[in-house]
Amino acid sequence: MKDYTKILHEILEKRILVLDGAMGTMIQGYNFSEQDYRGNRFKDYEYLLKGNNDLLSITQPKAIREIHESFLEAGADIIETNTFSSTTVAMADYHMEDLVYELNFESAKIAVQACKKFTDLNPQKPRFVAGSIGPTNKTASMSPDVNDPGFRAITFDELVISYSEQIEALIDGGVHILLVETIFDTLNAKAALFAISGVFEKIGYELPIMVSGTITDASGRTLSGQTTEAFITSLSHLPLLTIGFNCALGADLMLPYMKRVSRFTNFFTAAFPNAGLPNAFGEYDESSSQMGEKIRKFLDEGCVNIIGGCCGTTPDHIKVITEIVNDFKPRKK
Amino acid sequence: MILSGLEVLNIRDDSNFINVGERTNVTGSKKFLRLIENKKYSEALEVARDQVEGGAQILDVNMDEGLIDGVEAMTTFLNLIASEPDIAKIPIMIDSSKWEIIEAGLKTVQGKSVVNSISLKEGEEEFIKHAKLIRRYGAAVIVMAFDEMGQADNYERRIQICERSYNILVNQVNFPPEDIIFDPNIFPVATGMEEHKKNAIDFFNAAKWIRKNLHGASVSGGVSNVSFSFRGNNKVREAMHSSFLYHAVKHGMNMGIVNPTMLEIYDDIPKDLLEYVEDVLLNRRDDATERLLDFAETVSNNIDKAEKIVEWRAFNLQERISHSLIKGIDKYIDEDVEEARLLVDRPLQVIETYLMNGMNIVGDLFGDGKMFLPQVVKSARVMKKAVSYLLPYIEEEKSDDKTSSAGKILMATVKGDVHDIGKNIVSVVLGCNNFEIIDLGVMVPPEKIIDEAIKNNVDVIGLSGLITPSLDEMVYLAKELKKQKINIPLLIGGATTSKAHTAVKIFPECDFPVVHVNDASKAVGVAASLINDYKNDNVFSKSIEKEYEEFRDKFLGRKKSKKFATILDARNNKFKNKINQSEICIPRLLGVKVIESIDLNILKNYIDWSPFFSTWGLHGKFPKIFEFEATGKEARELYDNAQIMLKKIIKENRLKSKAVFGIFPARTNQNDEIEVYDPTNKDLLNKFICLRQQTVKATNIPNLSICDFISSDEKINDFVGCFAVSSGFGTDEFAKIYEDKNDDYNSIMIKALADRLAEATAEYLHEKVRKEYWGYDSGENLTNSELIAEKYKGIRPAPGYPACPDHLEKNIIWNLLDVEKNIGIKLTESLAMWPASSVSGYYFSHPESKYFGLGKIDTDQLKDYAKRRNISIKQAKKWLNPIL
Repeated sequence: MKDYTKILHEILEKRILVLDGAMGTMIQGYNFSEQDYRGNRFKDYEYLLKGNNDLLSITQPKAIREIHESFLEAGADIIETNTFSSTTVAMADYHMEDLVYELNFESAKIAVQACKKFTDLNPQKPRFVAGSIGPTNKTASMSPDVNDPGFRAITFDELVISYSEQIEALIDGGVHILLVETIFDTLNAKAALFAISGVFEKIGYELPIMVSGTITDASGRTLSGQTTEAFITSLSHLPLLTIGFNCALGADLMLPYMKRVSRFTNFFTAAFPNAGLPNAFGEYDESSSQMGEKIRKFLDEGCVNIIGGCCGTTPDHIKVITEIVNDFKPRKK
Repeated sequence: MILSGLEVLNIRDDSNFINVGERTNVTGSKKFLRLIENKKYSEALEVARDQVEGGAQILDVNMDEGLIDGVEAMTTFLNLIASEPDIAKIPIMIDSSKWEIIEAGLKTVQGKSVVNSISLKEGEEEFIKHAKLIRRYGAAVIVMAFDEMGQADNYERRIQICERSYNILVNQVNFPPEDIIFDPNIFPVATGMEEHKKNAIDFFNAAKWIRKNLHGASVSGGVSNVSFSFRGNNKVREAMHSSFLYHAVKHGMNMGIVNPTMLEIYDDIPKDLLEYVEDVLLNRRDDATERLLDFAETVSNNIDKAEKIVEWRAFNLQERISHSLIKGIDKYIDEDVEEARLLVDRPLQVIETYLMNGMNIVGDLFGDGKMFLPQVVKSARVMKKAVSYLLPYIEEEKSDDKTSSAGKILMATVKGDVHDIGKNIVSVVLGCNNFEIIDLGVMVPPEKIIDEAIKNNVDVIGLSGLITPSLDEMVYLAKELKKQKINIPLLIGGATTSKAHTAVKIFPECDFPVVHVNDASKAVGVAASLINDYKNDNVFSKSIEKEYEEFRDKFLGRKKSKKFATILDARNNKFKNKINQSEICIPRLLGVKVIESIDLNILKNYIDWSPFFSTWGLHGKFPKIFEFEATGKEARELYDNAQIMLKKIIKENRLKSKAVFGIFPARTNQNDEIEVYDPTNKDLLNKFICLRQQTVKATNIPNLSICDFISSDEKINDFVGCFAVSSGFGTDEFAKIYEDKNDDYNSIMIKALADRLAEATAEYLHEKVRKEYWGYDSGENLTNSELIAEKYKGIRPAPGYPACPDHLEKNIIWNLLDVEKNIGIKLTESLAMWPASSVSGYYFSHPESKYFGLGKIDTDQLKDYAKRRNISIKQAKKWLNPIL
C-alpha cells in the first residue's frame, strides 16, 4: 500500500498538477440513446435511464475508458472517476440505489486501469485517480419548502450512511484520492468528511482528501450562504490535501475567491473552473486558447497547486493548461 | 481559534473579549423557555436576532429543560436559524449537558461551532469518545473543570483538572490546542460560607495559569453566576459583573457569557460600591461580605434609576451628550443634538466637538478594558443616530454654496473589518467640504474596491480599519492597484494605522501617492492637495514621497544592517579599556546611601522642559518653542500654567523626591558581566549581565557593551555605581483631587511635572555623585543647558534604554540598593517602576564612556544571554523582543 498523501505532498511542493476536464461534456459528445444507456443488462428496466451518466461505467465502459485516456493523453495528472452521482441519495431518481456499490467499484476500476497504463508508459509522470464524491441532489442545511424553513429533505445521518457506501466502494475499486466536490451546502460536505473519517477508522489507513466548494454567483458566497473563509473554516478539521473551488464560474470570475482561499488556508489549493459561463443555449463555448489566456492570468497570481477544468472543458483545454503550468511555480503554502 | 457561521470569527491572542449571547438559553431565560415550550419559534428567533444586533459574537443555544424534547427543539431551532442570514452569520455554541442534544446540534450546523461542554465527570473513556466525535464533526470545545471527584472548587483542583484534560485532548485525541476552551467554573461569592470566599480570586488565578501554561487554549465562563447571592439587587449585580469581568479579562479570560444589559460600566460604579464589591471578589477583608450585604440594603435599584435619569438630564449639554454616548441611550440624543446645533455656526461642528468629545471617552474606556464590545456597539448606534439627525442640515448647507464637486472619493472599511465610525466621520467631513463620497461600507473585498474605483472614476480611495489584520488588507490592496497599473491616490486611516506602517509597508507598494491621515480635520486638506496636485507639478505628492522615504529609511535604519558578527567575534572586537589605576578616582563614598528628601526648589532648576512640551503634543526645543508661529502661544500658556502648578506643588509640599544610590568595587569578566563586590569584605554581591552590539562594524569601530567601561584587569581596582530616584510620591493623590473635579488638564499637568522632576532628580544626583560622593570630576562647573546636552564626564544609562535595553537589570539594581525598602519604589511584574515618575540606572566614570544604541542582537547572543541569566530561551525572547 503506497502512501499517496506523502507522494502527492512531495510532488505538489515541486510543481502544479493538472486535473482532468468535464466528464459530462465528453459524454454528451457520444450522443448516447436511451438504448445505449440501458445496454443489454437493463434493457427491460422499468424506469427511463437516459441521463444517468454514472451508469455508463457499467453499460458503456469502453466509452468511459476512452474519455479517461483522452484526458491522460492531454497530460492530466489526476483524473476523476465517473461517480459524481453514485450515491443512494442521488441514484434514487433512477431507482438504482442498490447499484451504488457496483457503480463506484466499476468506475474506480476503469479509471485506475487507464491511469496505470499511462504511468507505466512514463513512470516519471505518475497519474492518479480521484474518486469523485458529488454533493447529492438534496441539501441538509436548507429547506426546499419556502413556507417551512425548518423542514429538511435529508438529514446528516442519512447523508453519512449514503456517503459511507460510496466511499468504501471507491476505495475498494482502488482510487488514490477522495474528492468531495461541487459543495454548495457545507453541511453536506461535513457529512461526507464525517463518513470519510469513519471509513478510514474502519479500514485502518487513510487516503488524501480534496475538498472543493462552489461559489454560485457574484454574491461571492456558497449557495448555503458562507463566505470563502467561513467555508474553509468549516471543513478544515481533517488534514486535507487541497481545498478550493470548482464549477459555476469561469477562471476569470473564480480568481478573486481563489486568491482568498490561498491567503486563508494552510492546505494546498485546487481550482477547476468552467470553460467560461454558459451561452444562451446552456453550452460552454470558451475555446481552449481563450481559457488558456485566463488560466495564465490565474497562475500568475500564484494561488493554486492543482488546476483543472469543470463544465465545458475538453482534452483540448486540458492540453493547453498542461502546457501553461510548465511556465509557473506552484503556490507556496 | 477560528470559528464560523456564514462568516468567520477569528479569535486571536490580541482579540478583545469575545462576547457570547446568552438569551437563547431555556435555563437562563424564562421568556425564551416559554416561547420554546409553546413552539413560538418565530418569536424565539427574534430573541436570537436581538442578541446578534446587541453585539453577541457567538450565540449560545441551550434546550436543557425537563419538559421539552431537547433533541427536537435544538434541531428545529438551529434549522430555523440557518434560514436567517442575519443570525446565522455568527457561530453557534451548542450548549447542553446531554450528549444526545449536543450531537443533534452538531448534525445541524454547517459552520464550525463550539460544544458547551464536556468534562472528565464520567471518566476518561467517555471524555475521549466525545472529544473524538466533536473533532469529526468539526467543532471547537469547552471543557468544564470537572472530574470523577466532582467540580473543581479551588485553585489547585482547577488547574489540575484543566491540565489533565488538556493533555488527554492534545496527546491522545489529537485535538488542536487552539480549539480548546476551558471553563474553570465561576461560582458565587459573598454567600456567607467561608469556603466560597476565594471563589472569584481562584478563578482569576486559574485563568491566568491556563493561559500561561496550556498553550493555545482559551478561557471562558458564565459571569452572572458570581453574583447569585444578590438576586433581586440589580445594582449590586451589575457592579459585580463588571468588576469581575474587568479582573477576569486582565487575568486572561478571553470569552464568556455576559448579559450586556446586566453590566455597569466599570468606571461608573460608585467608588464606595466598587470598593465593597472588589473587597469581596479579591477577598481583601475578613468582613467583606458583611459590609457588602449591609451596603446592598441601602441600595434600592428601582427608585434609584428614576432619580438617576432626572439627575443626569440636569448636566450641561456636553455632559448630557457624552452620557448618552457612553451609556448607549438614544432617547434624548435628538433633542440634545438639536440644542447643540442651534449653538454652533455650522451643523458639522456638532459632530466635530460635542459628539467627538463623547466618542473619545468611549474610545478611551474601551482601550482601558473598562467598556466592552456590546456597550461600544450601543454607543456607536447613538452616534449614528445623532449624525443622521444632523445630515439633512449638513446637506442643506452644502447645497447653499453652489460650487461644483471638489472631487470624487471612494471610502471603504477593508475586508474583515466592521468598524466604520471613523470612516463615517471622515466621509461626513469630506462631504461637507464638497467632495462627492462613494461609501462602500464595511468589509469590502479588494476586488470590489478596485472595480468601483474604476467604474466611478474616483480621484482618491480612502481605506479605513480598526483591527490589526486590516493593515495587511491595506498592503494587499496597494499591491493589487500597482499590479493592475491603477494610479489612484490612497488615504489610509483608522485606529491601528500609523505613519510608520504606511511609510514602511504600504508606501513601497505604491506607484501612486499614499498618505496616512488619522484626523478627520486633516483629511480635507490632504484630499484637496492630492486632487489638485497635477496643477502644481505634483509638489504635494513629491513632498509626501520624500517624507515617507526618509521616514522609512530612518525606521529601517536600525534594522537594515542585519549582518551580525558572532558573539565571540563581537567580544573580541570590544572597546579596549586601557585605563590605568592612576586615572581611576577612588570614590569618597563606597556602599549605599539613601537621600530621604530633596528640596524641590533646587530640583526645579534641573528640569529639562523640551520633553514636557512633547508630552502635550507640542514639539520643539525649549525655549525656542515659544517662538514657533503655530504653537508658540499655546506653549507659552502651557509653560505659565506649569509654573503656577509647580509653585503650588512646592508651596504645599505635594510631591516628595527621594533617591538611593551606591558605588561598589567592580570588575568585568570574560562573559560581558560586571561583577559587583562588597566594599568592606570584597564578597561578590551580584552581577550586571550585559548585552553587546553585534552588528558588523567598520575597521577600528568596536562592538560596544556598557561593561567595556569597567576594567577587566585583575590588578586594577575599578568601580561602578547605580541609582534609583523618584518624584512620584504624592502624585496620584494630588492628581486625584483634580480628577474628582473632572479637571483632567491639571491632573495630567501634575503627572507631567512629576515626570520632569524625577528626571531632574536624576540629573541633580548625578552631578552630586560626580562632584562629591564619587568625586571623579570635582572641578566640573556646567550650566543646566550643558547638563542637558550631556557635556559631563561619565554616563548614567538606564535599563530599558538604547545602550542597555534589558529591563531585567532593574532587579539587580533593586537587589544591590534595596530600593523598595529604602525609598519605596516598587517594580511591577513587567518591571515598570511604581510610582511612575521614577528613574533608575548605572553610573560609569570612565572618561571615554558614552551613550550608544545596542541595536539588534543575533540568536547566538540570545542563547548565551539566556544561559547567563539562567532563564529559558523563551523568557529571554520575551524580554529582549524589541532587539531581536
